[in-house]
Amino acid sequence: MKAALFIPCLTEHLLPEPGLSMVRILNKLGVEVEYVENQTCCGQPAYNSGYHQQVIPLAEQFIELFHDKEVIIAPSGSCVAMVREEYKHLKLREDLKAPYERLKGRIYEFTEFLVDVLNVDQLGGRFPHRVTYHDSCHLSRMLGVREQPRRLIANIADIDFLEMQGSDVCCGFGGTFSYKMKEISVEMVKRKCDSIQESQAEYCIGADSSCLMNIQGYLTQNGYSARTLHIAELLARSLEL
Amino acid sequence: MHVTPRKTKTYIKTALKDSVLRRAVLNATGSTVASRQAIIDELPYWEDLREKAHAIKKDVIKHLDTTLQTFEQRCTDNGIQVHWAADDQEARQIILGIAERNRVCKVVKSKSLTTEEIHLNSSLIDKGIDTLETDLGEYIIQLMEQIPSHLIIPALHLTRKEIGKLFQEKLGNAYTEDPHELLKIARRTLRQHFLSADMGISGANFGIAETGSICIVENEANAHLTTTLPDIHVAVMGIEKLLPDFKALPYFLKLLPANATGQKSSTFVNFISGPTHAKLGEGPKEMHVVLLDNGRSRILQDPKLRQTLFCIRCASCLNSCPVYQQIGGHAYGWVYMGPIGITLIPQYLGESVGKTSPYVCSLCTACRDACPVKIDLPAHILNLRSRLAAHGKTSRIERTGMRIWAFLARHPRLYRFATWFPGKAQQLLPGGRSFPAPGYTRKRTLPRFDAQGFRKRFNTLQMPSAGQQTEHANSEDNR
Repeated sequence: MKAALFIPCLTEHLLPEPGLSMVRILNKLGVEVEYVENQTCCGQPAYNSGYHQQVIPLAEQFIELFHDKEVIIAPSGSCVAMVREEYKHLKLREDLKAPYERLKGRIYEFTEFLVDVLNVDQLGGRFPHRVTYHDSCHLSRMLGVREQPRRLIANIADIDFLEMQGSDVCCGFGGTFSYKMKEISVEMVKRKCDSIQESQAEYCIGADSSCLMNIQGYLTQNGYSARTLHIAELLARSLEL
Repeated sequence: MHVTPRKTKTYIKTALKDSVLRRAVLNATGSTVASRQAIIDELPYWEDLREKAHAIKKDVIKHLDTTLQTFEQRCTDNGIQVHWAADDQEARQIILGIAERNRVCKVVKSKSLTTEEIHLNSSLIDKGIDTLETDLGEYIIQLMEQIPSHLIIPALHLTRKEIGKLFQEKLGNAYTEDPHELLKIARRTLRQHFLSADMGISGANFGIAETGSICIVENEANAHLTTTLPDIHVAVMGIEKLLPDFKALPYFLKLLPANATGQKSSTFVNFISGPTHAKLGEGPKEMHVVLLDNGRSRILQDPKLRQTLFCIRCASCLNSCPVYQQIGGHAYGWVYMGPIGITLIPQYLGESVGKTSPYVCSLCTACRDACPVKIDLPAHILNLRSRLAAHGKTSRIERTGMRIWAFLARHPRLYRFATWFPGKAQQLLPGGRSFPAPGYTRKRTLPRFDAQGFRKRFNTLQMPSAGQQTEHANSEDNR
């Protein structure tokens, strides 16, 4: 199988490691990966801020670049949700409607791809630490991906998995929300960090770098001992990849 | 107390500083969400209920004109006087007119959020009419001279201590914070008013077109007393509150209490189908229904936002909203708050008044899952944002920024250059720091731009052939 990588902006510019870990794991599982040149942004930040007209050409560009790929995989639920669930609300060019329909059924978030498509939920790694899991909003509620990452985590040897209170309560990131409504956003991430601390986990695992960036940013600056770790990185580390 | 969504940002700051309020809101919403979930867990057909309720509301709203006609006709047949109010002013005039014609001195009220929408109390009081809220929460709010902070639990933001002090101060009883004692005190005070009131004003949870009846769901029986003891009963309801017939009702009687208060069913359900008949000898001699439009028919014309008229005011979206949980209801500056509030504010009050409201949301979509009638609230919020952007109501800087960004994103080479630049510029910052972002980085650190970026790193990864395992000695270097 050949997988096209859909690399979100945050992965490209700030946090490449989850993306690289994802590639190493896919390679280990025998999936050939391809970086699609000329990809930029799926348009989510602008879309969520209401600039729907500006997003249309980006969506069209995305569809043109990716529509003929066998499968498309991203290390981010919210970017996949943007393509799978929100592009359909845009007035796309007529000739791109059919390609979009095909593409929609072949785009996956990383853990969803491993568990639902490859039927792999045990990679054989080992990680002797206490971890908890944060359900990203778009991944859990828009894509319905809740069990897949948990299964992957639970099957790592020597790992101690601890559910936190309100694992699916928003961390307060919400893209431009974290800036526009920063006072509320900060209180929301504080609540999330308190839940992580109460769970006594050393690592908060997540499948969306944006949430993790927000959580890690608060943990670091406010003296919490827990750290965040993207699930692809967790799996790669547990396999010593 | 006059509040306006124009000042949402100021209210938010005030609310966030109030730790007592925030604890009260978080506790109350948390317990309601938990009891609601317990009910859902027991009902395997929960999703079917929601589907059905959605379908019923969709159909009613689609045929609202004829359903309203039927409702009016049946009400008239039952001896109910039906009034149409185009806006809040007209509604107030109608109700004041009824009061004046009947020389009303005292009004008792119950279960009427809609009257908050039209600011009825102050105009009654201005006319010298003693006006009293009788639902415990509303009564507390009235004594406090506040507006409700929640659709169902108006005094949700207050603690027992605060209510105890309020009662001691305003009602002159010995201090207590025992909820049962407080309830007893309120009951004792209100009982006299029920008996001496000339007019009862209520809302209506549902209007049933087929029979010309209204249905009021409650736990305290105050609505029952309000609608039966005084000689005149006026029910104020939004035109969207209709159900076609009694067959439709059970779905809503199941969904409403579960979502509103986390109860399997409410304690009382009142059906009122007209004034008393001489032979029965009790109940009001005169009954009025005021059908309030106040912007609703405009929403009806809007296919993208019409769904907001499905709302049954259960507050489930508020309870599940992590933003509401932090700031409570007053921060929204209007009678409707939380996810449904922020979608209704610009729709009812206009884009200029409501230009902040749609942004008081992180788009977490918890409200979409919570809504019993399946209103796609996040889609509505996005829609309102897109209108604000399209109508030039967003800041010039943001609009220009978005335009430049969208241009770059369509030109991959330029985009790559534009995004390579911050990584380079960052190296000039002392001590390996990341960029500061005003406000954001006051409490949170941002990660540093990666010097290379994923694409370059990916190209340097040693690519194994399919199925083969390889060592990635550079994995640590990549961090």
